[in-house]
Order: sequence, then C-alpha cells, then structure tokens
Amino acid sequence: MFEQERIIKALSQIPYSITLGVKPIFIGEEFTLRMPFKNSNIGNPTLPALHGGAISGLMEIAAIAQLYITTNGKSLSKPIGINVDYLRKGLPKDTYARAVVFKQGARVANVRVRSWQEDYSKPIAVMHGHYLTDKAD
Amino acid sequence: MSENDYIQKLWEIGPSMAEHTPHGKELGIKFVAVDKGRATMSLPYNTELIGDPKTRVLHGGAVTTLLDQACGLAAIAGFDEPRMCATLNLSIDYMRAAEPGKTIIAQAHCYKATKHVAFLRAVAHDGDETDPVATAQATFMATSMLKKDIRNV
Repeated sequence: MFEQERIIKALSQIPYSITLGVKPIFIGEEFTLRMPFKNSNIGNPTLPALHGGAISGLMEIAAIAQLYITTNGKSLSKPIGINVDYLRKGLPKDTYARAVVFKQGARVANVRVRSWQEDYSKPIAVMHGHYLTDKAD
Repeated sequence: MSENDYIQKLWEIGPSMAEHTPHGKELGIKFVAVDKGRATMSLPYNTELIGDPKTRVLHGGAVTTLLDQACGLAAIAGFDEPRMCATLNLSIDYMRAAEPGKTIIAQAHCYKATKHVAFLRAVAHDGDETDPVATAQATFMATSMLKKDIRNV
C-alpha cells in the first residue's frame, strides 16, 4: 500500500495546494481531497459562489495526487488536456474531490474526477483529463 | 444601450471580474482590456501558484482559473447587452509548461452568442501568442439572476 505520509508530504510541498488550502483524507486506500471553505476561493462575492477555477484547481490537484499514488510517487504528472463540466454552483462550503484513473498507458493516463459538497450524489463539477506520466512499476 | 455606453460598461465590469473578486485577488489576476466579445487578462508569475516545486512551473489550475476568468468576461461582452454568466464547460489543452518568472496573458474571444449561451475560444501565452502555453474552448450560460447586479456596478 502506498504510504499516506508520502502523498501528504508531496501535497505540502506544492505551493498551489497551500494557496487553495486542500487537505488529503484517506479512508482505507481511497483517497479524497478536501478543500475547506475559505473566503479567498470565492469567485462571485454577491451570490456568493466559489470560483470555477478554484473548483477546477481542486480537481486538477486530485488527479495529479491520484496519479502520484498509482505511479508510486515517481514524479508529478503533467497535464495534456482537461475538460470540466460545471453542474452546480459552488456554495461557500467545504468541497471534496475524488479521482479515478480509467487507464494508465505507457506514457498517458486518462483520469476522471468528481467534485461535490454536502451530497456525493449531487456533484458540483466533473472533470476528465489526460496526463503525461511515468509508468507505474 | 449605445455602442459607447456598452463599451464603457464593459470597462467598469472588467476590473470587478479580476482583481476585485477574492479568488482573482488571491491569485493576482489582472484585468487588461475588454471589447465587444473580447477580453484580455493577465497573471503575473507568483511563487504561491507553483505546481511542481522541482521545475517551479505554475500549476495548471492557476492557468485554468485565468482562462475561465478571461472567457467569463468575454462571454459577458458577447451578448447584445452585457449579461452575467456561469461556466457550463471549459476544455483546456496544455501545450507546454509556462516559463517560470513570466507573466501569462489570456485572450478570450466569444465567436458566437445565442440568446442564452456564449461560445468561446481562448489562448494563454507568455509573450508570443503564436507559441501558446494553453488554449481553451468554453461555453457559458447567461444567468438572468445576475443581470441586475451588472446594472448596479
């Protein structure tokens, strides 16, 4: 099993993760990324709503962290392309993201990410992306 | 609304979409320019947005946010009357890593706006737009709810 401490350490060394304030959660081997509410992630103060970019940023970090786990932490994967669907307004609350690697090829990984707030069955955004990775052992 | 009033309104909205939103301010996004269906914003290099400590390259998420923001303003400017918008879909291709230390510029263009939906393309580069860092394709939905806000800006 991948050592949880390694992913916690890796995330703590990424300045953008600190800026968004994301925190890893482990339930068994399942990895979830949590973004506690903070005012600096607000994009529309009148609604108020989280910035779409902050939600996307959370999902992009979740994808890279998940790939870090599946490739055994060799290096951070580089994004090739992402596609984000915004489904619901991001309320000023804690937000979660969980990534699934659908396919890991020799160089490219296909990852899908779901982001939700209070109800897992009501995602606020979904993403799929392709990443350039080091192949897992 | 006359063409002049419209453009003036857009220039009032522009900064409120960038440095005046908490997340835009946190990242350091700057409003550059706006015109009918077009918007430009920039993101000066910021060590707090690094995605890979080894290479010191900005995280893709920061580029995503800049492109989303520039597209959002171009979408507002794409309708016959400026209207607030929500992102429906944002698709980004990352061509290359942004060079550490350089400001990223995002230029967005609303090439079609229907009654409620705006279709956009955008490019992010660090000085030479023929050598993009990333390109984006996006769709935005006009939200009537926010139309009122705009008039109060």
